Amino acid sequence: MNLRMKISSNPHIRSRVTTNGIMAAVIISLLPAAGFGIYNFGSRAAAVILVTVASTVLTEFLFGLYKKKTTITDLSAVVTGLLLALNLPVNLPLWMAVLGGIFAILVVKMLFGGLGQNFMNPALAARCFLLISFPAQMTNFEYDAYTGATPLASLKAGESVDVLDMVIGRTAGTIGETSMIALIVGACFLILLGIIDLRIPGSYIVSFVLFAGIFGGRGFDPAYLSAQVAGGGLMLGAFFMATDYVTRPITPKGQYLFGIFLGIMTGIFRIFGPGAEGVSYAIILGNLLVPLIEKCTMPRAFGVKRAFRQGGGS
Amino acid sequence: MARLTFTGGIHPYDGKELSKDKPIQEILPKGELVYPLSQHIGAPAKPIVAKGDRVLAGQKIAESVGFVSAPVHASVSGTVKSIEPRRVVTGEQVMSIIVENDGLYEDVGFYPVAPVEKLDREEILQIINEAGIVGMGGAGFPTHVKLSPKEPRKIEYVIANCAECEPYLTSDYRRMKEEPDKLIGGLKMLLKLFGNAQGILAVEDNKPDCVALLKQLTRDEKRLSVRALKTKYPQGAERQLIYAVTGRKINSSMLPADVGCVVNNVDTLVSVFRAVAEGRPLMERIVTVTGDAIVNPRNFRVRIGTNYRELAEEAGGFRGEPAKIICGGPMMGFGMFDLNVPVSKTSTALIALSKDEVSALEPGPCINCGRCVEVCPGRIVPSLLADYAERFDEEAFLKHNGLECCECGCCSYICPAKRHLTQEIKSMRKIQLAKKKQAGR
Repeated sequence: MNLRMKISSNPHIRSRVTTNGIMAAVIISLLPAAGFGIYNFGSRAAAVILVTVASTVLTEFLFGLYKKKTTITDLSAVVTGLLLALNLPVNLPLWMAVLGGIFAILVVKMLFGGLGQNFMNPALAARCFLLISFPAQMTNFEYDAYTGATPLASLKAGESVDVLDMVIGRTAGTIGETSMIALIVGACFLILLGIIDLRIPGSYIVSFVLFAGIFGGRGFDPAYLSAQVAGGGLMLGAFFMATDYVTRPITPKGQYLFGIFLGIMTGIFRIFGPGAEGVSYAIILGNLLVPLIEKCTMPRAFGVKRAFRQGGGS
Repeated sequence: MARLTFTGGIHPYDGKELSKDKPIQEILPKGELVYPLSQHIGAPAKPIVAKGDRVLAGQKIAESVGFVSAPVHASVSGTVKSIEPRRVVTGEQVMSIIVENDGLYEDVGFYPVAPVEKLDREEILQIINEAGIVGMGGAGFPTHVKLSPKEPRKIEYVIANCAECEPYLTSDYRRMKEEPDKLIGGLKMLLKLFGNAQGILAVEDNKPDCVALLKQLTRDEKRLSVRALKTKYPQGAERQLIYAVTGRKINSSMLPADVGCVVNNVDTLVSVFRAVAEGRPLMERIVTVTGDAIVNPRNFRVRIGTNYRELAEEAGGFRGEPAKIICGGPMMGFGMFDLNVPVSKTSTALIALSKDEVSALEPGPCINCGRCVEVCPGRIVPSLLADYAERFDEEAFLKHNGLECCECGCCSYICPAKRHLTQEIKSMRKIQLAKKKQAGR
């Protein structure tokens, strides 16, 4: 019985969690929001979603051909495409959606080294790219056959809004951002699976509410604040974009700090900025600060007094 | 009260049900026995027998060299066949004494030096040293060295590590069930060495029967207590165990004695008891033979030097073709390339698995998910450290406390991208520790 076994370094067992599994779960968690978007905006929403996802996956596939390495099986391109689609208005010309998908994958993700190497959320960076390039089409929020303002724009103009409609999602906006309920259902699914936690969304939303309460000019008026929370991209951003593993701090303390930063930036953009929205810009700005935040919040090793050591001594 | 534990850690499938209810069964070696001269941390022992000599079970066949070293004893009677390098579980060739078993199991006769009450500190340490006892949980640090801190009066806790947090292992569990008196006896002997210390038996709470049994047996002992720890890997890692039990923290460059603690594993304490009370040197241990590729998982009482092949055969052999064979637990044990190696003082288990999860999974890029940071008991950032190790950035590795890694394997276990985090960090650590040692000379 002379065996010749494969050897390897410890540990010899591995958990069942895989990158693909995580990506698949994120896709599933976005389905309620996508489904509601199609119900709310009609079949064109489905077309935008399909075209965007197809463009991200195809871009990554073609880049893979060039690099001779297939990476689309990790499903991350689908996540990017889906997230981007949910951040687009339903009437956007389809070629712009395709352009956004190509930009997200090619420029933001693959040119920096692919999955895990991008320093900005690809979907959000692409959204901002489209927003700057095609401002008219990107802010054309036609709803119920007339060009409607989003609830946040109405709120900023001093009009009253129906918070219940906003929670359910029967409002103008991008395809996936309108329904708070659908987004929360998806977020709960991710939280229950342990894929995201409440550190970033929690500190983001709480700090944003505090900021809006103090500087919003309406004080802590529950109707105003709940409209601010339910409106715009806050829910989508806080639970699905700010929690993007690759572009958020890895340190637990840093995650709180990141959330607070996003809350404040969103507040500034929404209240003092020219537009009513601010989540996308807040998050990609936050993404840029991640290395700094991580550096400042390195955990202290067990039984060690300082977070960093000079040389090898102790 | 919050359950005693630490921050981080994982909950892998524990596989203990395979062998947990199998009573300890003695197996006698059939073929030759191999005694590596280095079964411990420190200087290898020096042979004091020559080829052709007849030896008896319990006879010292190699003596310790210096303070941090341990002697080796024969575990059967027979003839010394040769002294030559042999392969051990780690794959290295180690100088070993080979004894041809004559099947008579004649021993030298075991007599305690004196009743325990009459022994003083030095005498007890001497007996432990002479018996060749080393940390039997896997580290193999000579026990007499561990028990000789600079200031013995400052030791406040003598902790019996009964956590057995590694999946699959049940040898300590069976010891606690079947020979709890020897375990408690060993701990009481150590308390004799440390007059100001309390003895604590720290057991993971997935073994409630052991907790109850030990509690009952120690209810009249003022200096002994039993603590149930939360079941979580690596609860039995020395630093995490001390923290769970006492709330005190040590880092990689400190010793448990620096915070008034001494930690010993179950098998080690039983060996101390047998050496002091019965005069028996260390020549056997309990080995769990288990895994889904073993026909009849068992807990064996094995004479040190026995070939692993005999263990697998005694357990009914393999079911199908095993894909991975591990010496020790699946989290920190060694992958074995061949079974033709001897059981040593630090062999806790033989695990045969029908699936090799490590080779089956292709590592992917890090997605920065942070799971490794959440589970790391050393509170360091494994994903970053593995990057530093990969590109050999020594400065960053040391600065980010890479040396604090205890190689428990939690980060590799949990990583969704299946990166070999522990392996990267471990290799870099080895290099850095060697450099440090060299610089210190």
